[in-house]
Amino acid sequence: MLTEKKDKTGLFIGAVCLAVLYVFLILLDNVIPQNSFTLLLVPVLKKGAIYSLVCVSMNLLNGFTGLFSLGQAGFMMLGGYAYAIFSIPKDQHAAVYQYFDGGLIQFSIPEALSNVLGESAGAIIGSIICIMIAGIVAAAFAALIGIPVLRLKSDYLAIATLGFAEILRAIFQWSGLGPITNGSNLLRKYTSLSAIKIGSLKLATFFPFFIAGISIALIVLLINSSYGRAFKAIRDDEIAAEAMGINLFRHKMLSFVISSFFAGVGGALLAMFQTTIQATPFKSAMTYELLLIVVIGGIGSISGSCIGAFLFIACNEWWLRFLDNGSFMGMSVPFFRDGFRKVVFSVIIMVIVLFFSKGIMGDREISFAGLARRIRGSKPSGGKEAPAK
Amino acid sequence: MSRPVVLSLENITMQFGGVVAINNLSMEIPEGNITALIGPNGAGKTTAFNCITGVYQPTNGIVRFMDKVIVASHPTGKDLKNYKGWNADAYAGMKIIDPTPDQITRLGIARTFQNIRLWKSMTVFENVLTAKHMRAKQNVFSATFRANAKEEKRMRDETMALLEEQGLDRFRDELATSLPYGLQRRLEIARALATDPKLLLLDEPAAGMNPQETLELSEFIKQIRDKYGLTILLIEHHMDLVMGIADYIYVIDFGSEIAQGLPAEIQSNRKVIDAYLGVSEDE
Ligand SMILES: Nc1ncnc2c1ncn2[C@@H]1O[C@H](COP(=O)(O)OP(=O)(O)OP(=O)(O)O)[C@@H](O)[C@H]1O
Ligand SMILES: [Mg+2]
Repeated sequence: MLTEKKDKTGLFIGAVCLAVLYVFLILLDNVIPQNSFTLLLVPVLKKGAIYSLVCVSMNLLNGFTGLFSLGQAGFMMLGGYAYAIFSIPKDQHAAVYQYFDGGLIQFSIPEALSNVLGESAGAIIGSIICIMIAGIVAAAFAALIGIPVLRLKSDYLAIATLGFAEILRAIFQWSGLGPITNGSNLLRKYTSLSAIKIGSLKLATFFPFFIAGISIALIVLLINSSYGRAFKAIRDDEIAAEAMGINLFRHKMLSFVISSFFAGVGGALLAMFQTTIQATPFKSAMTYELLLIVVIGGIGSISGSCIGAFLFIACNEWWLRFLDNGSFMGMSVPFFRDGFRKVVFSVIIMVIVLFFSKGIMGDREISFAGLARRIRGSKPSGGKEAPAK
Repeated sequence: MSRPVVLSLENITMQFGGVVAINNLSMEIPEGNITALIGPNGAGKTTAFNCITGVYQPTNGIVRFMDKVIVASHPTGKDLKNYKGWNADAYAGMKIIDPTPDQITRLGIARTFQNIRLWKSMTVFENVLTAKHMRAKQNVFSATFRANAKEEKRMRDETMALLEEQGLDRFRDELATSLPYGLQRRLEIARALATDPKLLLLDEPAAGMNPQETLELSEFIKQIRDKYGLTILLIEHHMDLVMGIADYIYVIDFGSEIAQGLPAEIQSNRKVIDAYLGVSEDE
């Protein structure tokens, strides 16, 4: 009884916080006037939400299942391309695929739906369908390469998945696939975040938070289910897991496919955010960035990955930008020039890794139930139930 | 004394490179019995467990469980050329059956490990609950969307009942690895029981226990045998425990059987005393 009540209060606080956040995001898009501050804040928020999702999906694999895989950027790329390819409007094909006779796929799902449902509904539903396709394409590739790769032991798995992502990137840039991937040229003109609105209500910032929120919630539900426990068992001790009847290959595959699905969804959101997509940036450096966030946030902590993602993006694209500008508070500082930001950034990361060797959150989670308990005044008691009142 | 045989090993040989860890080992384990497998260090006892449970593919021989062949092997190719064990041709031509450990567990054979292998990031409760995953009917979607709430509740209730019965319920929310050694061994047994086994393989369950704990363990093993209708195969170095509870004993040394019989017979067997008991009593 007590547990139930506690859970409900926690759930309630969580829901309220989420609602406040979503309302704020909608206000940010529509009511709050743009200024130099919001111009910096908004992209950081959008990209932070997208990176949160991708890092959580990576954490599912690396942190919760103990599979050291480095293919995340590859699956994001698959998702981003799948999204873009199926949402470029018909009359833009000639321009986008100018070197490839207008390309192979000659329809756009959001456009087709817009013709039936009206513009904004078509864009929203169409892009959600394309995002699902993005996830499915990434998951399908994962299922294929998982068959040989998941039998490998940890280091080999990392190398194989990294190799897969790199090879895939090269293949996508090959002109032979041009009619689909546009070779090494940009894909553009597809449905981007700015097209997501209801009437005149803009949802460009709300949308990535919404999709990422649902996806992360699904991952959390999975992790807290019987399957999540099986994943953790594999991570803790493979031999014991197998001896207790957990089929290693099946469960590793499941985790790999699901993780890749959400990486694909993240890739689609990134494509929407960037408004153009190209294979070049999805290289191993991107996977390392994601891995860094997962490690900084805490391997095995969902909230850690989210916090890590927002901090990383904010530092990288906002807070530390001044270090590259050559001046600080009006004074000119000679060594504040291009690249200095990266130096400071590396130092910060080293400090975090040295002093928080388990990352910011370790393997703990932010719990609204714990928060509720604290508000009600009873002492939090590490994992055990609060004393009856 | 003519109980049906639950598990039988037939001429099992296990060779690692040039080392023959088990040579031509045959055993029959009748239903409801507690059978002990003893022998000096490095005799090949754990290797025998690993051959039964699919961790290793034996080089030669077959394993039957409830009259069904569950493991079958014979040396081929390079293994055949280097083969040093008993009769390479005994099973030649037979189809090789090499199951994975989880398939064996699904058939109803559960085990514990000599060097305790609990899941270290999980609580006592979660360790047992996770072992119930194998028998659950849910799929990944029903589990994620909580459509399996009934089954999940049943699994939790059964886990709690199991913990209460083992006297582990006080520790349900402690990390498994924070328990004292003796209780960790108990927990490993509870976890194995959670997979609904017919046959339980215990690899040195009393290792690291004091005499009092060892005594309690003997009682406990008999209790669970009766309560769950189990058949038990046990590796143990504590002779008091073995002589006290075993219905039948196999003794191996350097991979080969040197004796088998009732506890009284084993106790007075010259070969066994020379190979094993003499050594162990000096300890
Ligand atoms: N995977 C392996 N590779 C090579 N040799 C092995 C392997 N596993 C076991 N052995 C060898 O097989 C022999 C038997 O080992 P095993 O672990 O079965 O002994 P044991 O009877 O369980 O001994 P203990 O009482 O010390 O547990 C040893 O000589 C060991 O070195
Ligand atoms: Mg052993």
